[in-house]
Amino acid sequence: MPNRQRRAALSITMGAALGLACALAAGPALAQAAPRTDLVVGMRLEPPHLDPTAGAAAAIDEVTYANLFEPLTRIDAEGKVVPGLAEKWEVSADGLTYTFHLRKGATFHDGSAADSADVKFSLDRARGADSVNAQKGYFAAVAGVEAPDAQTVVVTLSRPDGLFLFHMASGDAAIVAPESAGTNKQTPVGTGPFKFERWVAGDRVVLVRNPDYDGPKPALERVTFRFISDPAAQVAALKAGDIDSFPQFDTYEALPQFRDDGAFTVMVGTTEGETILGTNNARKPFDDVRVRRAMAHAIDRKTLIDGVLFGNGAAIGSHFPPHRAGYVDLTGLYPYDPDKAKALLAQAGYPDGFETTLRLPPPIYARRSGELIAAMLAEVGVRVKVEPVEWAPWLEKVFKGKDYDLTLIAHTEPLDIDIYGRPDYYFNHRSERFNAVGAELDRTQDAAKRNALYGEQQRILAEDAVNGFLFMLPSATVQKSGVQGMWVNRPIQANDVTGVRWK
Amino acid sequence: MLAFLARRLLTLALTAWLATLAVFAVLEAIPGDPALVMLGTGAQPEAVAALRHQMGLDRPWPLRYAGWVGGMLHGDFGTSLTYARPVAGLVADRLAITLPLAALALVLSAGIAVPLGLFAAGRQGRAGDWAVMAFGQMGIAVPGFWFAILLILLFSVRLGWFSAGGFPGWEAGAGPALKALLLPAVALALPEAAILARITRTAALDTLREEYVRTAVAKGLPRRVVLRCHVLPNALIPVATILGLQFSFLVAGAVVVENVFTLPGLGRLLYQAIGQHDLIVVQSVVVLLAVTVVAVNALVDIACAAIDPRPRVTA
Repeated sequence: MPNRQRRAALSITMGAALGLACALAAGPALAQAAPRTDLVVGMRLEPPHLDPTAGAAAAIDEVTYANLFEPLTRIDAEGKVVPGLAEKWEVSADGLTYTFHLRKGATFHDGSAADSADVKFSLDRARGADSVNAQKGYFAAVAGVEAPDAQTVVVTLSRPDGLFLFHMASGDAAIVAPESAGTNKQTPVGTGPFKFERWVAGDRVVLVRNPDYDGPKPALERVTFRFISDPAAQVAALKAGDIDSFPQFDTYEALPQFRDDGAFTVMVGTTEGETILGTNNARKPFDDVRVRRAMAHAIDRKTLIDGVLFGNGAAIGSHFPPHRAGYVDLTGLYPYDPDKAKALLAQAGYPDGFETTLRLPPPIYARRSGELIAAMLAEVGVRVKVEPVEWAPWLEKVFKGKDYDLTLIAHTEPLDIDIYGRPDYYFNHRSERFNAVGAELDRTQDAAKRNALYGEQQRILAEDAVNGFLFMLPSATVQKSGVQGMWVNRPIQANDVTGVRWK
Repeated sequence: MLAFLARRLLTLALTAWLATLAVFAVLEAIPGDPALVMLGTGAQPEAVAALRHQMGLDRPWPLRYAGWVGGMLHGDFGTSLTYARPVAGLVADRLAITLPLAALALVLSAGIAVPLGLFAAGRQGRAGDWAVMAFGQMGIAVPGFWFAILLILLFSVRLGWFSAGGFPGWEAGAGPALKALLLPAVALALPEAAILARITRTAALDTLREEYVRTAVAKGLPRRVVLRCHVLPNALIPVATILGLQFSFLVAGAVVVENVFTLPGLGRLLYQAIGQHDLIVVQSVVVLLAVTVVAVNALVDIACAAIDPRPRVTA
């Protein structure tokens, strides 16, 4: 693109001339005061590719969500559903028809218009027979998509889905164009305020501001996502000034040294990651609720949070985050009480405890929690063999094959309590009561009623002690003190930099 | 000599074929489904099945094996399951970092070790010798990754001379690219230099006991000239052999150092591909490495045979 280069060179020359003029007029102080317009964001994992509609890796969304691709609706920093490519929408009284009105003038980065035909294509592609969408279930209720005019999309559902707008706000529902859908993995073309510039595989992805964006333009001109997996290297890169902001920073033991350093700001917020001791409810002795309750009494969440997260994280008593409306505090249901745990085990017929295996996936929180929980369970006579496994075998054996006793994992999808209602989910747990409430939830649009129903579901899970409910993963961000507008909380896995600016 | 060459080539082909069998069998046996890894915990079984079909994983294994090996014979290494890019291109991009890194480390290692070893041999038992020996002991004992972190802390965090890892790409110019490779190369070279310095010292000491050296000293030549002109050339033979061996150690060691310095080299590619269960990339990279090692060994043997006729007779 020599043309674009020439234009860039021209604007640099003009900018320099302007800067010089300012400096001459007002002295050097004013020239220095111009804030930076580039940002280097650190990430632990590199995305395998950049198409959010064809992969579950969180790193894909962490680069592309809201920056490069836009869904119809989107999630904002507070976790609310707000307009995305659709500026407004109506829901019919029976909850079966959604009419979306698209932003006029929205275009893809290749210059073509983003209209209702693209939306229809995107939704049909995600729910079609050969769809490889990682969250195809989000589209399960969709019966048909119509595009009556260029700016209007009508989606009809076969059954009410209370979470439809929420799910349409996920990266998996990003709107793509038919011409570029096949090549988005390497050269993504979206409708967002930033467009793709380059990807140095293994090192970084660079996005630049989209000059043709039809909405408010971001303050940043260039955003670089750099991938640093080694914890010591992350700390060094921050200290050396190579990284401006590192969200989802999980080397929690390093947070105090950044808090003590005036050049950095540390923010600790919430995520949607309920961390659980996954329990195979179909396997002996975990098919006995007394055994599961005994284990709940044997786990000291305070020690766990101090040991694994260095105090940064909230305890949970069910599968629901404390920061969400509808949360019910059930952490007091099974207080830490090893004697009671032993008594319950004896009642269930295991006065001398039993032997079991705990399969741990690679994340550091899982490995650390696993070691601590094994020690805690040993106190009440449960002899745990800890077995670290890689990610692929974990998915194959534990998640898909349900071949495990215990495991430990954070469920990071937002509002995912419904997984307990899925048949054949790896917990092997069935509760008709839970499913009845779930069906009621799908029929309910009213927020207060929905929250009451969520509360009921949380209670059922806690009473059944389906899994060991441990803690919420925190969202720690370490950044240079001049960076403003990064999300404190992670209501969705994303690094939305559209509102970021330098002081 | 021709028969010797033919035998060597045959061994090379046989080893390469065995390597393809071994890596394919191992990856078949390890549980894990690349489609499942890609689509994660929210995936519906039919979406996973659709992706398996797209990736060609639903074909029986003999077909997949034949397709892979047959493709490689034509120079087609297949397409990465996760990156959706040709494996050959991926590997070439990464080799453009790992090979210069290893070469730079090799040069540094030899550049540090040979003078130090000679120096130590020249003053055996004296303070200088002890200092070099202590350096050698420490260099062997300190793990490379830890040394790498120390280098980053000193030169990047404290002094701010280098960035703490990362790679600007060769298109940014040779200067910035070499600068990004310098610290990793030092971290990689120092443990090897420590070993090499000890070997140089031993080899030089052995040569010093030779009669022609005594003659040279008796002639009244200065010690520096004796060391450079009479000791060094003869002591270099074992040093060169070890240096050749070290090249493969350097490529292997690069995996760890690349991770600490977040350099996008071959080691990191392999590491990420294993995590993603990207079978085709793992298979091809492993076979490539195996073939390289066998080929380098064959080259060394041929070179030795050219210099020294004895193996040709006995082998």
